[in-house]
Amino acid sequence: MSKKIHLQIDGRDIEAEEGMTVLEAAHSAGIKIPTLCFHHELEPWGGCRLCMVELEFGDWTRLVVSCVYLVEEGLVVKTRSLKVDKTRKGILELLLAHAPDSPQLTALAEEYGADRNRFEQDASFCIHCGLCVRYCAEVAEKHALGFIDRGIRKEISFIPEIAAKECNDCKGCFPLCPTSYLQAAFVLVESLAFPRNGK
Amino acid sequence: MTQLKSPEELDNYRQTLSSGRDANMPCISICAGTGCLAYGAAEVIGAFKAEIEKQGLTAKVDTKGTGCPGYCEKGPVVVIYPEEICYLGVMPEDVPEIITQTIVGKKVVDRLVYSDPDSGEKAIHEADIPYYKHQKRFLLSSNTLIDSRSIDDYLLINGYSALSKALFQMTAEEVVDEVKKSKLRGRGGGGFPTGRKWEGSREAPGEVKYVLVNADEGDPGAFMDRALLEGNPHSILEGLIIGGYAIGAHEGYIYVRQEYPLAVENIKLAIEQAEEYGLLGKDILGSGFDFTVKVHQGAGAFVCGESTALMTALEGRAGEPRPKYVRSNVKGLWNRPSVLNNVETWANVPLIINRGADWFTQYGTQGSKGTKIFSLVGKITNTGLVEVPMGITLRDIIYKIGGGIPGGKKFKAIQTGGPSGGCIPETLLDLEVGFDELTEAGSMMGSGGMIVMDEDTCMVDVARYFIHFLADESCGKCVPCREGLRQMDRILKKITEGRGEEGDTKTLEELSELAIDASLCALGKSAPNPLLSTLRYFKDEYEAHIKEKRCPALSCKELISYYIDPEKCLACLACMRKCPVDGISGGKNRIHVIDQEKCTSCGTCLDVCPAKFDAVVKYSGEPVPPPIPEEKRTIDRKKKK
Repeated sequence: MSKKIHLQIDGRDIEAEEGMTVLEAAHSAGIKIPTLCFHHELEPWGGCRLCMVELEFGDWTRLVVSCVYLVEEGLVVKTRSLKVDKTRKGILELLLAHAPDSPQLTALAEEYGADRNRFEQDASFCIHCGLCVRYCAEVAEKHALGFIDRGIRKEISFIPEIAAKECNDCKGCFPLCPTSYLQAAFVLVESLAFPRNGK
Repeated sequence: MTQLKSPEELDNYRQTLSSGRDANMPCISICAGTGCLAYGAAEVIGAFKAEIEKQGLTAKVDTKGTGCPGYCEKGPVVVIYPEEICYLGVMPEDVPEIITQTIVGKKVVDRLVYSDPDSGEKAIHEADIPYYKHQKRFLLSSNTLIDSRSIDDYLLINGYSALSKALFQMTAEEVVDEVKKSKLRGRGGGGFPTGRKWEGSREAPGEVKYVLVNADEGDPGAFMDRALLEGNPHSILEGLIIGGYAIGAHEGYIYVRQEYPLAVENIKLAIEQAEEYGLLGKDILGSGFDFTVKVHQGAGAFVCGESTALMTALEGRAGEPRPKYVRSNVKGLWNRPSVLNNVETWANVPLIINRGADWFTQYGTQGSKGTKIFSLVGKITNTGLVEVPMGITLRDIIYKIGGGIPGGKKFKAIQTGGPSGGCIPETLLDLEVGFDELTEAGSMMGSGGMIVMDEDTCMVDVARYFIHFLADESCGKCVPCREGLRQMDRILKKITEGRGEEGDTKTLEELSELAIDASLCALGKSAPNPLLSTLRYFKDEYEAHIKEKRCPALSCKELISYYIDPEKCLACLACMRKCPVDGISGGKNRIHVIDQEKCTSCGTCLDVCPAKFDAVVKYSGEPVPPPIPEEKRTIDRKKKK
């Protein structure tokens, strides 16, 4: 049995196990924290920053990413606060510029009052949650797609040589994509690099 | 060379070296740093060697290609020992005269020494030149004394004595304590207390630990670490070995950017030499302490200067920072305790061990001790590297050392701390330079870049430039940095192009807040600095761009128009011929007129208009005067004179 850790989330006393993240502790107690790049089968990645929560230490507070922050004895966590909501709203507005019709994003946008037209739209669809890339590497262990380039030019890309062999029988990443861009990218690489019907 | 097996053998070897050299033998040291090499220092070195041979002085004179002494503005820099005569801007054709006059005749060549631009007063020795006079060069001063490729030269200036002292006269805890007592703070940007970082690693559980050198100097316009690595690689190596001993690490890595080929070459050579001498490898100097060093070349990503991204890159993966809330001195490279310090921090270590923490703390301010190297660039008379005690004012750096702003222009701002630093205005020039002081002013120490800007610089455009740089260099992993910078870059571009709207600055502030609060690493958290500091100190410039569509610095291309003053134009045809869009009408004896419809604001007319006419002027925020009527365009030469 691992050590028990006691913390407070949104005013509730929670018992968690040592080594758990704040997100896991909250979820296990039925407290909802929104996520985009988190998946229970994958290593926490801390990329989307949507799961940020506010920690209270006496008279000062700190924003942390709950999917990687580990529980500590006596921790006081707020999953909603002015600061937390503002941060989530900002993140959602930035992402909506890429995928204004993603059902997951629009539902969250409604909850946090995010304006989908806040920023100039960019028809690139991918929100870089990395779920597909990490699923393929960590669960499927195929490494059939990866990120290329960096910063604002970063995008996901299938590696045709591997994708041609592995993807048709797997497609495990397809349901993970919050924007359907992944499927589009796959169809594109398939038609360009390894057409199944092409002679 | 047989390996040195004890501190006594090291001392004896040093003694042998020293008695084998005649201290009075003239030595010509020529800067072979990157800046001077670009000026043609290699040819100067070649010319010295040829001339010495020609005059039959080979046995009597020594020549050295050294590291950078810092006065890049006046390169190639040549210092002649033992008299320490400093010649500036030396060209191969000056060499025979220097040999005949100074080496043989013991006379100074007047025209090559420093001459004050105002008073004309000459200064023969480095210490008397204003550029050097106000500096405290503990780290850089060794650069001109040694051939950067010679370990013997380094030993002759007491090199590796700090290592010997640490290994034989101090326990590892004592070394950590000394560094803690010195209050040395990380020179790479964060300013974290070095001793505390070391202590954390020393106490962290684990058999295998690492010490790492961050030589991924990526700030535009910064070359402090480059000068140290190229000029005095052994000093960094010595610091690193001492650090390894202190925290209990037996392996070190030097992460150096590939874009620094000379630095890579020199540090690799230094490692080979140190191994050959028994100063690196197994049982160093017979102490029983083993330590090896490997060089890793970065692939050119700014974000890899961030500590966890650097470690991820060292592990062989894409250089992205780690999201975990664990200090890397406890769990760093391959999840083992790792101390990562910047080049300049490591170079300070041998000095602190040799001279003691008390010596070190006598320089600087309450919170920032010792000296700091800055690369002083931009609109400044003396471009170069300066090493100053912490606590010196920005004004002294700019005016006493830097020689002020060239061309009679007015100072506007100084940007410190690299791309994610901030711009500090004239009203704060008396600010004492220190980690906390700069942060309070909305900028940061960073690794030591200082870019001086004059009245012709548009501060909105400066913010746009740096935000664009950071958007490009962001790793792209987290949303507030990648997407936030993308939008900030867009809005700033829009403003500089005259398409800014009411509310843009508020959006910029909100995006900045998000990036600071929610970004994964220091790149994103500090990225808004150039934007926020210019908004804080130069808000009027933002407003002029947005509300009046005017660029007060007359710099943003989309917001300025060019106009030829008919009173001044003497119809020389220069601008007409050079205008790339044939947008200037006129002719011989006919006043030239710019067709505003055709003009692309490229500025060529302004550049080519002879200074004595000075007829082309820029307008912003107001229409240019109507063209002078056709019938009045013929020039009456008599009247004009």
